[in-house]
Amino acid sequence: MSDTDTQQLPKDIAAAKGLVNVQIDGHWIQVPRGTRMIEACKLAEKEVPHYCYHPKLSSPGNCRMCLVQMGMPPRPAPGQDPVYDADGYQAIGWMPRPVIACSNTVGENMGIRTQGELVQKCREGVMEFLLINHPLDCPICDQAGECRLQEFSVEHGKGESRFKEDKVKKPKNVKIGPRIRLDDERCIMCSRCIRFMDEVADEPVLGFTERGTHTTVGVFPGRELTNNYGLNTVDLCPVGALTSNDFRFQMRTWFLKETDSIDTNCGTGANTTIWTRGNKIFRVTPRQNDDVNSCWMPDSHRLNYVCPTDDDRLTAPLIKVDNVHEETCWENALEAAADALKQFTPGEIAIIASGRQTNEELFMMRALAAELGIESLAIVAREEASDDMLISADRNPNTTGAKLILQDSEVAATLATFREGVYSGDIKAVFVASEDLLSEAGFSADDLEALELLISIHTSANATAQASDIVLPGAGSAEKRGSMVNVAGRLQKLNAACLPPADARSDWEIIRDLVLALSGESAEQAPQTIDALFQIIATSIPEFDGKSLASLGDLGETITETGVTIPLLERENQRKARGEIVG
Amino acid sequence: MSDIQYLPGKEPHPCEYRMIFKNIDRAGWDPSIDCYLNDGGYEQLKKAIKMEPQAITNEVKASGLRGRGGAGFPTGVKWGFIPPNNTKPVYLICNCDESEPGTFKDRYIVHQDPHQLLEGMIISCFAVGAHTAYIYMREEFPEAATIMEKAIEEARAKNLVGNDVLGSGFDLEIYIHRGAGAYICGEETGLIESLEGKRPYPRIKPPYFPAALGLYMAPTIVNNVESLCHVKHIIEMGGGGYAQLGVARNTGTRILCVSGDVQKPGYYEVEVGKITMGELLNDVCGGPKEGRTFKACIPGGSSAKILRCDESFTIGQGDAEQSLSFFDIPMDFDTIAACGSMAGSGGVIVIDDSRKISWILNNLNSFYAHESCGQCTPCREGSMWMKKISDRIVGGHATPDDIQTLEDVAYQIDGRTVCAFGEASSWPVEAIISKFRDELTAETSEDNDDLSEEAKIQLQFISQ
Repeated sequence: MSDTDTQQLPKDIAAAKGLVNVQIDGHWIQVPRGTRMIEACKLAEKEVPHYCYHPKLSSPGNCRMCLVQMGMPPRPAPGQDPVYDADGYQAIGWMPRPVIACSNTVGENMGIRTQGELVQKCREGVMEFLLINHPLDCPICDQAGECRLQEFSVEHGKGESRFKEDKVKKPKNVKIGPRIRLDDERCIMCSRCIRFMDEVADEPVLGFTERGTHTTVGVFPGRELTNNYGLNTVDLCPVGALTSNDFRFQMRTWFLKETDSIDTNCGTGANTTIWTRGNKIFRVTPRQNDDVNSCWMPDSHRLNYVCPTDDDRLTAPLIKVDNVHEETCWENALEAAADALKQFTPGEIAIIASGRQTNEELFMMRALAAELGIESLAIVAREEASDDMLISADRNPNTTGAKLILQDSEVAATLATFREGVYSGDIKAVFVASEDLLSEAGFSADDLEALELLISIHTSANATAQASDIVLPGAGSAEKRGSMVNVAGRLQKLNAACLPPADARSDWEIIRDLVLALSGESAEQAPQTIDALFQIIATSIPEFDGKSLASLGDLGETITETGVTIPLLERENQRKARGEIVG
Repeated sequence: MSDIQYLPGKEPHPCEYRMIFKNIDRAGWDPSIDCYLNDGGYEQLKKAIKMEPQAITNEVKASGLRGRGGAGFPTGVKWGFIPPNNTKPVYLICNCDESEPGTFKDRYIVHQDPHQLLEGMIISCFAVGAHTAYIYMREEFPEAATIMEKAIEEARAKNLVGNDVLGSGFDLEIYIHRGAGAYICGEETGLIESLEGKRPYPRIKPPYFPAALGLYMAPTIVNNVESLCHVKHIIEMGGGGYAQLGVARNTGTRILCVSGDVQKPGYYEVEVGKITMGELLNDVCGGPKEGRTFKACIPGGSSAKILRCDESFTIGQGDAEQSLSFFDIPMDFDTIAACGSMAGSGGVIVIDDSRKISWILNNLNSFYAHESCGQCTPCREGSMWMKKISDRIVGGHATPDDIQTLEDVAYQIDGRTVCAFGEASSWPVEAIISKFRDELTAETSEDNDDLSEEAKIQLQFISQ
């Protein structure tokens, strides 16, 4: 280091930043002190194959797939100074025994080899062991295509079998709960499901029985995996041992298209991936967002989605003629709606929006109200108990957005005024979007009967649609782009995973065209794309200032402080602080 | 010790040095506290309790005592691993899960001389600052559990355990915990998990070194029964005095449990390293059975690597290099290790020429396949695979390739598991194959039908 003698050594430079120098496959990188080796390798873009390790769960180190070679500088003899090379690093003494990368942490001047003969032999060995008693039933296994056993066999396996014996037989097709089935022969005993139920779901109903090669995962006697977070174990399972009854044998995974979106069943807005083929949704799985839902979502939410192929979907605009709904075209329907609304004074019309609508739809609802001269809109509140995990007490996905867009912090209170107005007869016309007035909204069938005009936007048939004079078919949450703001104030995106069925349309476009029909303005005056609409929102609502739908990342951004926290994340952060998980 | 009389037929061999086993098979001896006190029992505790705890640890370090459970790790050094700034409770666990095949020493102590163990434990607890101690009693020792329970109550009545031991202000509770009937419960972190009420899955080390993160994540010292008994004698003799027994770095006495094909199998307490394998097998144990010759020997419990009796070993380096025949090996830790095996738990298993080595191999493989806890992949799958292959060797359905596969499988386990069970199950296979390859190969044939019916069917689908 001739001309750099006066410079600091790399270890001192790193230490000043709380970092350590680690050599990974010959390249030095700096990572925070205490980083797990497997995470350091990830930072160096070196994949270390693993089964049991999961950053959100404890690390038992049982699969032995992440074995790597580790080295440290030899301890200098007493009185001897460490020797540094030209770059300021000490020579690494490589250990002959491999170590697991998942639970060991890095230290200064550590060397890690994720390649080489020793590591390759270890992986080959573990893969061979995992496969000898595995049924190799990929052709009929749902996991095929997203199976770590398949992937690592191809990458790290021997490619041939030396096993001449009978395989171990274990229970198959075991119903361990209402939504999950277990094939014990496929299980590789990584214990992820057991640890998830114990550490995250806090309902430890899974465990191992028997021992050695006969070890079998199962539910405790007399128990079932009924927990509302149980399906996360199916996601966690690196092989096909745990499968979801809902998805089982429905579709090969490689035919499915993945669309990033968010859950609209409650105010948490868990990040999701929607898996579709053609115009059909096959499953919804959680997508990692450490500020919203970690890696999980409740079963009740992932199974509750509206699909374009559902039987009860509304597929064309309907106008009631002689008390019977008749299909019509959009032009007629919107013209009829505009004409009908014009028959009433602003005081006679109530507009009921929804906390289930996107920001863009709500903004157009506001424009509609303005066009009709109406001052306030109502939304239907949905407050229930939180599950103290991920399900928010607010079962509307976008109450926070509604408050911002409608610039009214008491949007839910207006509904009572509207109900009284309908009851007294002061309100004669109602325009409602995405709400069945006969359920949570608190209207009775007689109330709706008494109305002179009822226009509604719905995705699926319901009693309000049945009672409506004009029904406008909208798009389900998986069929549209848009944005919502969750209970914690995070702006997040919905993406369209499929198309609305037949003549159904995106709700914001329906409302936009109704406003145009009312105003008589030319279509060019209105936003043509949802991005353009979002730009208008960004200029008129301060919290949205500077944002755009296109630049909003897949994980969203916090735009307002609500003070609401997500209980599961609080606990996860505590476990992370205690060093129990990587996080 | 000349005044001590032993039961007829149970007299110690003249080569023995009875210290830990002084009272085993002793005439007129019973496990009661009165009997123990009449023999000078608990005097060392009275002496120790007036010492500084650190001074006791220093004596144990000076004694050079190495753990008698299998690994041979220096006991005093282990005690020193408790973090100096520790604020959690410290636990001491006596590992009485004696389950290594070929080992049968601790059982005599807990059945016949429970108070020796208690005295050693109380002194050890005082030294490491443990106020709670557990004796993890092998499930298969139900009577010993009763005897130890009784001994604890007797000691409590004399204020030797409980609050304010002997007026010293030191509080100590000792509990018996019955084991879970599994070999893996003897692995110290598996034992701790079991004691916590869980499956005895060994913990990964790092981070869970018991001295820092042991029972209930508190510092925990786990010592073997025999090791704890030695502590009493170290106090009696002083660390330096104790270190005079045995040979350098291999001090004290140890109990060798000889089983198998010798005239007089049994337990023999000898000074470490003062007796050779030849003296042990031929003199003390009376040589091979009538008309037989020694073939092989497993020197330290079933997981130690087998040694051939016609082998010779070159050990040491440079000027210290020397050649040793099998019968010249001194029974100490370091020389046996240098010969490629280990002194382990002191279980010496002798095999004569009446045994096929494949039987030994299959017997060991069956044990480890049955006892693998199943937590980590290589041991879980590998141990049963090894058994299935050796089943075929014994049954005459193996081909020469199978020997190679078996050896490969062993090396695929070795060094890659959570705990030492991986080595315990693979070392015997590795050693038996490397030392008896010809004999094993002779039991195989290229013409043998080696595939199971199921494998034949499966191969139809996965072959090219």
